[in-house]
Amino acid sequence: MKYVPATPAERERMLREAGVRTVEDLFRDIPEEVRLTKPLGLPPAVPDPDLLTHMRRLAERNIDCDHLACFLGAGAYDHFVPSTVPHLALKPEFLTAYTPYQAELMQGELQATYEYQSMICELTGMDVANASMYDGASATGEAASMAADLTKRSEVLVSSALHPEYRQVLQTYTSHLRITVRELPARDGITTADAARTAITEETAALIVQSPNFFGCIEDGNALAEAAHAKGALLVVAIAEPLSLGLLRPPGAYGADIVTGEGQPLGNALNYGGPYLGIIATKETFVRRIPGRLVGKTADTEGRPGYVLTLQTREQHIRRAKATSNICTNESLNAVIAAVYLSTLGKQGVAHVAELCARKAHYARQRIAALPGFQLAFAAPTFNEFVVRCPVPPAEINRRLLEHGILGGLALERFYPELADAWLVCVTERRTKEEIDRLVGHLEALQ
Amino acid sequence: MSVPKTSIAATRRLPRGKRPVPVIFERGAKGRIGYSLPPSDVPDVPLDAILPEAYRRREPAGLPEVSELDVVRHYTALSHRNFSIDEGFYPLGSCTMKYNPKINEDAARQTGFARLHPYTPEELAQGALQLLWELEHDMAEITGMDRVTFQPAAGAHGELCALLMISKYFEEKGEPRTTVVVPDSAHGTNPASAAMCGYKVVEVKSDRRGNIDLEALKAVLTSDVAALMFTNPNTLGLFEEQILDVARAVHNVGAQLYLDGANFNAILGITRPGDQGFDVMHLNLHKTFTTPHGGGGPGAGAVGVRAHLVPYLPVPTVERDGPRFTLDYDRPKTIGKMRAFYGNFGNLVRAYAYIRTMGADGLREAAEMAVLNANYLLSRLRGAFDLPYDRVCKHEFVLSGRRQRDQHHVTTKDMAKRLLDYGFHAPTIYFPLIVEEAIMIEPTETESLKTLDEFADAMLAIAREAETDPNIVRTAPHETPVTRLDEVTAARKPNLRWRPES
Repeated sequence: MKYVPATPAERERMLREAGVRTVEDLFRDIPEEVRLTKPLGLPPAVPDPDLLTHMRRLAERNIDCDHLACFLGAGAYDHFVPSTVPHLALKPEFLTAYTPYQAELMQGELQATYEYQSMICELTGMDVANASMYDGASATGEAASMAADLTKRSEVLVSSALHPEYRQVLQTYTSHLRITVRELPARDGITTADAARTAITEETAALIVQSPNFFGCIEDGNALAEAAHAKGALLVVAIAEPLSLGLLRPPGAYGADIVTGEGQPLGNALNYGGPYLGIIATKETFVRRIPGRLVGKTADTEGRPGYVLTLQTREQHIRRAKATSNICTNESLNAVIAAVYLSTLGKQGVAHVAELCARKAHYARQRIAALPGFQLAFAAPTFNEFVVRCPVPPAEINRRLLEHGILGGLALERFYPELADAWLVCVTERRTKEEIDRLVGHLEALQ
Repeated sequence: MSVPKTSIAATRRLPRGKRPVPVIFERGAKGRIGYSLPPSDVPDVPLDAILPEAYRRREPAGLPEVSELDVVRHYTALSHRNFSIDEGFYPLGSCTMKYNPKINEDAARQTGFARLHPYTPEELAQGALQLLWELEHDMAEITGMDRVTFQPAAGAHGELCALLMISKYFEEKGEPRTTVVVPDSAHGTNPASAAMCGYKVVEVKSDRRGNIDLEALKAVLTSDVAALMFTNPNTLGLFEEQILDVARAVHNVGAQLYLDGANFNAILGITRPGDQGFDVMHLNLHKTFTTPHGGGGPGAGAVGVRAHLVPYLPVPTVERDGPRFTLDYDRPKTIGKMRAFYGNFGNLVRAYAYIRTMGADGLREAAEMAVLNANYLLSRLRGAFDLPYDRVCKHEFVLSGRRQRDQHHVTTKDMAKRLLDYGFHAPTIYFPLIVEEAIMIEPTETESLKTLDEFADAMLAIAREAETDPNIVRTAPHETPVTRLDEVTAARKPNLRWRPES
């Protein structure tokens, strides 16, 4: 077995040194009745060339976004990834390292994480960001318990325009923490401050919204922050598409208290849903309640700058049952990927890609809305996703589009039965005018 | 032209990796770019018509302004200031830093997996679903469990998932239970996960052989106990010899037996938790199943359950209908979702490729050699360090630096830092909490005898240094890019981000 280097002669020597005769002697502490007497029932071992062929066949049974014009978003976005990302972030020095427990040996990882934290702060307008969470949905779940702790209140009010899977995860995360999740119905595709004001009570720890929300609509952050703060609640803003912040006002600018998000669009592959990158950022005053790892800058004994894991008394390995979260392994590599992506795109590139998304989505939105039988579901401004109501069931539209190599948008009925004719379309900078026109042409021909 | 104050010549003499790297925000220059994107090809519309100004940010985000080569030099320089399994021996106990095969990377990075959107219609994702279905069956066979979910992103996420299922199970039975029991040697994530699930945590001490104290356990087992969270082999690297008695005792009060499978590498193909009486367990695929740890993540947690807990699995599950694979969301008793979509799929591809490479015999051989390597190292080191629990170990063992501390005022931390000078990563230290000055060493099966000997020689040399030249150990490391870092100031005055003026 190529991954086990000990030769038979070496094994003999090692057994002698260990003071036993056979390998079996090393397992006599396992009760005999539960020791396996026959090999596991697994497929036979496969040599490398055959394995690659097998893996290629499996991969080829999927139709990926290199082979389709993708108009599907809904929490996972098809963006261009510069070549620097795989070549740098996936260098073995980052890929095959462990958590930086020995800081002196791991300055590269630690500094890259510190820079990642800084970039997320710049993007969101918040004071501090952690080293990463699992994904946008679980980060939002953690934000709910963080808010409940900070306010000593027991309920969170969640917009129905928050990604349905985030809402499900939020429910799972809070189900045993004596936190009630109450839903605030969106109106005309957005979460209105009026409705929020009426719904927020003295027991509301946080108002949780997404912006742009699941329908692609941009929420009125200022008004929602005011509504929440007026009753002593926090505003949690989930950002499922962080590249929107290349163009949109950052949550920090309108008074968000906690920002969560999905960092996949920042250079991470679609990966059939993971690994992705959970973002969580907050205000300076809340830093001691943030979950997960934080990297801080300090100095060594010679006064040279250096980086360490810090404020660790929040964490499970020290605080155990009283920790701010149970998270240990996070998504560090995905954070490094995001850092390389954000460095490569840089100040101008992130604004540029965001503007391209907005322009192309706007074009597609106008064209589709002008088709007979199609109409925009909501009037609110959007970024790179929008909802249209269709004359043909969206699932049927998607089936027909696939025949033309187009991966259509999300049929919303799956999550919102009342929106059976609604279709959530996403247009990123990767889509060309030609592809959009082709999409529109096929929609036109549907009827 | 003005010359920077620091001497360029002096900076240049520093070898690779020793050179301080300025933060990327301080590289580059205003207006510099390193990206290339096409111009907009759609009809030009004033931005105000697309998005009113009130919605737009006033200033661009303060990101770096660097060239592509700046980015390449920066991250290359940072990579030289890192230690990885590809560079050298990484004996971090309980972390299973084994070699991460390159072929698994090639498998996972194929566009058919990497560029697959999670909401791709099932009929266009049959390869991915087949892989998930097969992997579930392999893992069920390996663990002796009935079904397995891959939704958790990491081990601790798996613990939470499992406890939520246990909780729902008791809820449905109309037996709300309040307490989770953990041994005093448990990972910190165990009590933290129990707390997130709303449980009270009760700790049970270990006995003199390093097993859980069976009598102490029985004393706390009541009908209020939902589960015992148990690591086996435990964090001392020892197999819990009374596992069958423990299982009986737990089941006698109707509680569930949960396995923290962080140490599964020791028993792959040797014994199965399902056969030992465990009801539910998690595996860390980034430990036992070689998916790279990425500097702290992503991992992948797999949670296996026996039949009575199957209804509570998170949605969706992957089902097979003849030649077709589907996602099943229609599971009325489910705990819901642990995260969006299906799990850290990219890592599941890697784990799948690893299992196919190894086969049943290969996996067993991995466990055997992981255990033999550990016992070999233990016998080479036992004379020089205290050994609180003197037994045949499994994949790892725990020494104590008590002797060095008491006789030479050299702590375990000092010795760990000194190991860095010898070119090794340090073992896990000060864990488990029940061993003073703990040094937890896990060599894994992928290391050669030569590497083990070099490491043992370094440990013995440090033990001698503690006697003859303790100061060099106390002030270590000396050869690393930086010396010991001021953690106190870092925590007292947190600097958690770069700011333009700082």
